[in-house]
Amino acid sequence: MWDYTDKVMNHFLNPRNVGTVEDADGVGEVGSLACGDALTLTFKLDGEGRIGDVKFKTFGCASAVASSSVLTEIVKGMTLEEAERVTNQDIAGELGGLPEQKMHCSVMGQEALVAAIENYRNKGKVRHEKEGTIVCTCFGVTGEEIKKVIRENDLTTVEQVTNYCKAGGGCGGCGGEIEKIIEQIQGDKADTHRAQKPAKTRKLTNIQKIQLVQQTVNEQIRPKLRADGGDMELIDVEGNKVIVAFRGMCAQCKMAEFTIKDVVEAKLREFVSDELFVEEDKDSAGQQHDHRGDGQ
Amino acid sequence: MTTDAVYMDNNATTRVAGEVIEEMTPYLGELYGNPSSMHSFGGQVGKKIGQARERIASLLGCRPEEIIFTSCGTESDNAAIKGTLDMASSKRTVITTRVEHPAVLSTCREMEHHGYNIVEISVDKNGRLNLDELENSLDEDTAIVSVMYANNETGTVFPIERIVSMVKSKGIVFHTDAVQAVGKIPINLAELPIDLLSLSGHKLHAPKGVGVLYVRKGTRLAPFMVGGHQEFGRRAGTENVPSIIALGKACQLAGENIDDENTRIRKLRDKLEKGILATCPDSRVNGDTQNRLPNTTNISFEYIEGEAILLMLNRFGICASSGSACTSGSLEPSHVLRAMGVPFTAAHGSIRFSLSRYSTEDQVDFVIEKTAPIVNRLRELSPFVTT
Repeated sequence: MWDYTDKVMNHFLNPRNVGTVEDADGVGEVGSLACGDALTLTFKLDGEGRIGDVKFKTFGCASAVASSSVLTEIVKGMTLEEAERVTNQDIAGELGGLPEQKMHCSVMGQEALVAAIENYRNKGKVRHEKEGTIVCTCFGVTGEEIKKVIRENDLTTVEQVTNYCKAGGGCGGCGGEIEKIIEQIQGDKADTHRAQKPAKTRKLTNIQKIQLVQQTVNEQIRPKLRADGGDMELIDVEGNKVIVAFRGMCAQCKMAEFTIKDVVEAKLREFVSDELFVEEDKDSAGQQHDHRGDGQ
Repeated sequence: MTTDAVYMDNNATTRVAGEVIEEMTPYLGELYGNPSSMHSFGGQVGKKIGQARERIASLLGCRPEEIIFTSCGTESDNAAIKGTLDMASSKRTVITTRVEHPAVLSTCREMEHHGYNIVEISVDKNGRLNLDELENSLDEDTAIVSVMYANNETGTVFPIERIVSMVKSKGIVFHTDAVQAVGKIPINLAELPIDLLSLSGHKLHAPKGVGVLYVRKGTRLAPFMVGGHQEFGRRAGTENVPSIIALGKACQLAGENIDDENTRIRKLRDKLEKGILATCPDSRVNGDTQNRLPNTTNISFEYIEGEAILLMLNRFGICASSGSACTSGSLEPSHVLRAMGVPFTAAHGSIRFSLSRYSTEDQVDFVIEKTAPIVNRLRELSPFVTT
């Protein structure tokens, strides 16, 4: 069961400002039935150009309803300029936090707000169009949307990006592309991080490198993974690219991306070469979710 | 936490029967001997395990020595599939279905990474298995066919008799995950030439942490765990004595209650289903209502989301489960409902109620009374409902 804060449950059970504002100045519609959550936000400005009336309708889980409800409370009385500065973190923070996997609910709230304001500025003629090209086709998430959540929430893994905007949470085919976007945005940080490490002076032949990689995998990495009920196999080494496949618990584990970077790659760089990077075998195990806790 | 729950989630786990607790308790206390020991203090425990084995064999219509105790249904599924593949070195194909429990599906997909070819048979919109597709898929490379007896999410019961004869006519090993079926519908292994069958204690009023793999005499199977000689060398490790004794008792009780399961509980389930469908517009049943476990109903409520429904039901102490994406932390709804082609509108709003011998008519009436207002309330919030 999710560990929701009292405030999330309060807004879910007693949602504020439910409905549709009549003759709304701005209408924002985001999400879809297929995605599992959707939100329509409507507002009307008062005489002073502030959000006088604001209402929502939401299809989704408790955190989606609560995010929408608390958003209406946050923006009521704001000018549009003030409202534009509201972030998904403001929404989650006001609720006393959301489970990591539910952060996308706060992002959906913020997106609906932006869409509604845009709709007002375009005098209702043009609907909110998504910027940029679609990266995640399963959930229709664009590169721009992914960049935004990475920047605003300082995300560093594909797993986090999925939690915040769903991208990568369907077939998983766009994982590599999301990783590139993360590298692009977090690149500066990563570069300085790497430069601080002392460069390895040894020059290895290909054979020596592969042997050292295998030795490091066997002695340093696999015991660590096995301790958590998992395992890993070395599939190939192509130049500086080390291809691995996860087994056991690791093959199911949502933390696999994290494990690659923070365990496998870190150890290989420590013991073999700073230039190595690790990729998971693309045909690796798809995760099976046990929706009901029907554990056998 | 409340103890007077209206528990309608018996496909997830069940209450341990009072008689079962009574039967196992001495073996948590003074009767702590090791059944393998060469003294009568341990030996009396060994005899009791033998009795449990007989009770389970009697429920399934098989021999006691064909019952192998494991730690859970998942272990049984893993042991059956991997143990068969280990013995069938030249055959590289595993056939299963798209709607299996993750214990089977993940095992198969793991084997795929070890070079095996996995075929997943599709189902129709009512969750019925495509038998032609299955028959056409069977070939000389097929090492094992694993098809569940009954589906955990919809309760759909597969025509195992036809499937077994199809598979056995080609001489292929047949495994069935019968975790949801055992104790709910009669199974007679004396008449059904199933090679391997998995069951789980906690689905039939025994505790969690004990399961069985039935292995038909003569079936070639590599042991999943090696070590001591326990379980005829098929599964090493000191026995989980109290739970094994508990499972024996639970199987005896299941045999005694199976008629009740198929009359009284079926009636209660039907009343619950009819009551909800009658009071909630835009709701529909998922699964094959002609061939279904007597205790299960899976109902989709259009335009609303399952987790929200569950949390509202939870406020009244009503325990159920959902195939919605949000309930699992994944982003996609149930793989079973998707395999059936249930539209997203309905899959996200699906709720499963599963009853047991402890369910009462009062509870059913209570759930019917509380569901419609919850559904109406969430629809007031939904942007997809225009009033």
